[in-house]
Amino acid sequence: MSIYQDVILDHYHSPRNEGRIKNPSNSVSLSNPLCGDTIVMDVVEKNGKIERIAHISTGCAISKASASMLTEYVKGKTKDEVVKLDKDFILTMLGIELSANRLRCALLPLESLHKLIK
Amino acid sequence: MLNINQIKKDFPIFSSDPTLVYLDSTATSLKPRSVIEKMTEYYSKYSANVFRGIYKISEKATEEYEETRKITAEFIGSSNPDEVIFTRNATESLNLVAYSLGRLIIEEDDEVVVSIMDHHSNFVPWQQLAAENGATFKVIDITDEGYLQIFHKESRIQNSEFRIDLTGIISKRTKILALPYISNVLGTINPIKKIVEAAKKINPSLIVVADAAQAVPHKEINVKEIGADFVAFSSHKMLGPTGIGVLWGRYELLDRMTPFQYGGEMIDEVRIESTTFKHPPHKFEAGTPHIAGVIALKEAMRYLQQIGMKNIRDHEKAITGYAMETLKKTFGEKIQVVGPQDAKSRCGIMAFTFGSYHPHDIAQILDEDNIAIRAGHHCAMPLHKRLQLSATARASFYLYNGEEDVEKLVEGLRKVEKILK
Repeated sequence: MSIYQDVILDHYHSPRNEGRIKNPSNSVSLSNPLCGDTIVMDVVEKNGKIERIAHISTGCAISKASASMLTEYVKGKTKDEVVKLDKDFILTMLGIELSANRLRCALLPLESLHKLIK
Repeated sequence: MLNINQIKKDFPIFSSDPTLVYLDSTATSLKPRSVIEKMTEYYSKYSANVFRGIYKISEKATEEYEETRKITAEFIGSSNPDEVIFTRNATESLNLVAYSLGRLIIEEDDEVVVSIMDHHSNFVPWQQLAAENGATFKVIDITDEGYLQIFHKESRIQNSEFRIDLTGIISKRTKILALPYISNVLGTINPIKKIVEAAKKINPSLIVVADAAQAVPHKEINVKEIGADFVAFSSHKMLGPTGIGVLWGRYELLDRMTPFQYGGEMIDEVRIESTTFKHPPHKFEAGTPHIAGVIALKEAMRYLQQIGMKNIRDHEKAITGYAMETLKKTFGEKIQVVGPQDAKSRCGIMAFTFGSYHPHDIAQILDEDNIAIRAGHHCAMPLHKRLQLSATARASFYLYNGEEDVEKLVEGLRKVEKILK
């Protein structure tokens, strides 16, 4: 099965929550020097929940789609819920199987998110 | 052009994986049957340790092992097999020089010079050595066309009369000049002989270390003619087994150098108070080596020689020229091949960008059709930074690649366009 499923390509071509937030509660920027993927993520928290979240991702289709889908998912979630998200969640969310080499691409947004809410 | 269909029959991987389009020989080459069979021959017929046994199969193994040393020396134009050291890979060969000679000669305020197009294996050991010993680490830049920036202003490399000007690069304080013969990303073939001449004119005691990992598999090389002091390359990129590297060095230097590793095989006499070591090459081959690998490496060289290094180079030149032309014709400016645009001054390595598609996506979609290319920085991060690229896709050609592989690549790239739009 190709990993370039319609849903992945849809998020790749029109990423949700793309951009920056003015006056965020927190910001983080991460990169994967191995392939040059970078992500900047801003969050606004309110009452222990993620109220707004935005990102700018440059990289492969998998990392961009992962950032787009993940930011959609976590809106309105509590910090505790977000901390629990792991690799298996990301793979289920993307709905594809990934080789070890591509896993890092898919996990960069989650890594950023976890840094962001710490 | 070589007869690809005939050649493919010699590589068992094409029988077990007939649709494979292998375009990653710069990372590692495929192996012909004769090499694989030679490995098995050692393990099934004379699987004994070398240099130790006073029995027939050990003597046979030693003889086969040393025969490879002789053939390797001949293959690279050296008249002295004792100048050939077997290591684990080209990286270890280069590290051996950095440790055993570098640490002996580099002092504070000396200069160590590399180039921005060096593979990490010929970059990092020298960078670290310079930092440890307080030496200055200098990096030769490239031109926008992908040539080393060492040419006299009024001469162009395309002109065979070009002049090399190393003013401001090499000085009397320069102890090491480490360069790739061929860049593993740009494909640029550096005029190593002329560089060595020009560098040694400024500083005759300078040591030149040539990383020939991408050169020895693809073109005829003669270490005496090049004039470098050390030449490193690796077996697995030239049809041989993985786990074997070669270091060729001038004997008087090897003799002066301290051992790289201590232990079995490399000693002459060990006493409680002190130890004396064997002469080169054995001084540098501590412990039981990769015997099967070394033995089978000679079959790789025999295979290459049977095809002919000149024929291989001509074939790769033709196929690279065809590929660059076809890609340009099909995709126009959307495809940008890095490095020299002229197939004559480059080898069969073609790193490229394709629109705004990420190299990972390109490689992954090509893999869906069993086309193997490499994506990433190819162990040349400083070079990618210089090119202002975070990664490139790289297709590379060898003697088993033909025009149909180029056509499959083009088809695959069309599919990339279709999927990623």
